Amino acid sequence: MTKDSTGRKFRVIVAKPGLDGHDRGAKVVAAALRDAGFEVIYTGLHQTCDLIANAALQEDADAVCVSILSGAHMTIFPELLDLLKKKGMDDVLLCGGGIIPPDDAEALRHQGVGRLFGPGTDTRDIVRYLQEEIPRRRPRP
Amino acid sequence: MALADEVLRGSFHAIGKAISLVENGAPEGRDLLERLHARVGDSLRIGLTGPPGVGKSTAVDEMAAVLRARGEKVAVVAVDPTSPFSGGALLGDRIRMSKAAGAGDVFMRSMATRGESGGLARATQDAVDLLDASGRTFIFIETVGVGQSEIEVSRAADCVIVLLSPESGDGVQAMKSGLLEVADIVAINKADRGGADRLEHDLRTAFELGLRPRREIPILATQANAGIGIPELVATVEAFVFARKASGAFQERRRLGMEDRLRKIAEFLVQKDLWGGEGAPERVKEAAERVLRRENSPYGCARALIREALR
Repeated sequence: MTKDSTGRKFRVIVAKPGLDGHDRGAKVVAAALRDAGFEVIYTGLHQTCDLIANAALQEDADAVCVSILSGAHMTIFPELLDLLKKKGMDDVLLCGGGIIPPDDAEALRHQGVGRLFGPGTDTRDIVRYLQEEIPRRRPRP
Repeated sequence: MALADEVLRGSFHAIGKAISLVENGAPEGRDLLERLHARVGDSLRIGLTGPPGVGKSTAVDEMAAVLRARGEKVAVVAVDPTSPFSGGALLGDRIRMSKAAGAGDVFMRSMATRGESGGLARATQDAVDLLDASGRTFIFIETVGVGQSEIEVSRAADCVIVLLSPESGDGVQAMKSGLLEVADIVAINKADRGGADRLEHDLRTAFELGLRPRREIPILATQANAGIGIPELVATVEAFVFARKASGAFQERRRLGMEDRLRKIAEFLVQKDLWGGEGAPERVKEAAERVLRRENSPYGCARALIREALR
């Protein structure tokens, strides 16, 4: 199910922050989510954290999925998390994927970042995770 | 309701949530529209349509930049198609709207059609109303862009720009497509590419042949990715609106658009009561059995169902 009992469809931002230009992974995930019935707002390459947070706000996104292959994840995820909180989006799930060492992923998880998916992930796992996690974080009457 | 006040104050967070409510057909969304309707009607609504890849999002981005530079509050509602197979959608209009997004003071919302076929979503006009009430002065409505059947936008917008490019096809394409009939202004985008002059000539011929004999359609050349011709396009829109307001055609079009919208809403509400109301499935089942028992005709029973639902 990609919508809840009130007819709400899950809206997800898929974004590529920073300078790395490898967007194939992000596109694969965006397409998989689309095919699973999500409304995917794809923002494209070279986004700043501010742009991504603003997009989440205006699009009323349920989740922000970020792909990082540049090694900047320990900078970008905390910054994004902070921005989302500052803008009042405490209930918006921030998760992502890329080349992220397990220790870093664990550290980010403690800060409040959701699951981070590495290379070789089955897209069905991502779909299932979002379908479970979004209604948990953003229950609607 | 606190959300209504927040929308009136122009909070992007509140507008974002409010649009979701109307988009999902939530009762709170309808309450919100009830509360805000007296504040709706001051913004200018500009429709943009044209084939996929012609440069609609880029043109909107550039027009928004021109308008916000002189202090206008701009909003964009960009519609992309929902897959009839999965119900999902890939909404990619933000990619080409980096200026508007970067400015931070342009509200931009992507919308999936969710089964509508006229180039807009069912809730597009509701979203535009919310943006209007929030104090946005210029609201762009960008259609799906499948061409030829995008008539909805001509009812939702005060001025419709049809964007074409030299790759859009020859003059016969221009004559047969339903696209040009909704045009108040035509912009030939990517005008630096070969064939732009030819397309303009073909279009003028098409218009002369009486496709649209009622009035002159301005045809402009633009290169949206470089901002070329965009200030002129904005000026043409404003001249058009000014003239329409002076002649009364502006208000007339809004009335016709509202008539159309009211019909749609009324049909939607009746349908909802008919098939979604309490006990509706049982009533339909019972009616079907009555017809099969030869107690009443299908038409008689259908009328009875409507009377029951509207009671």
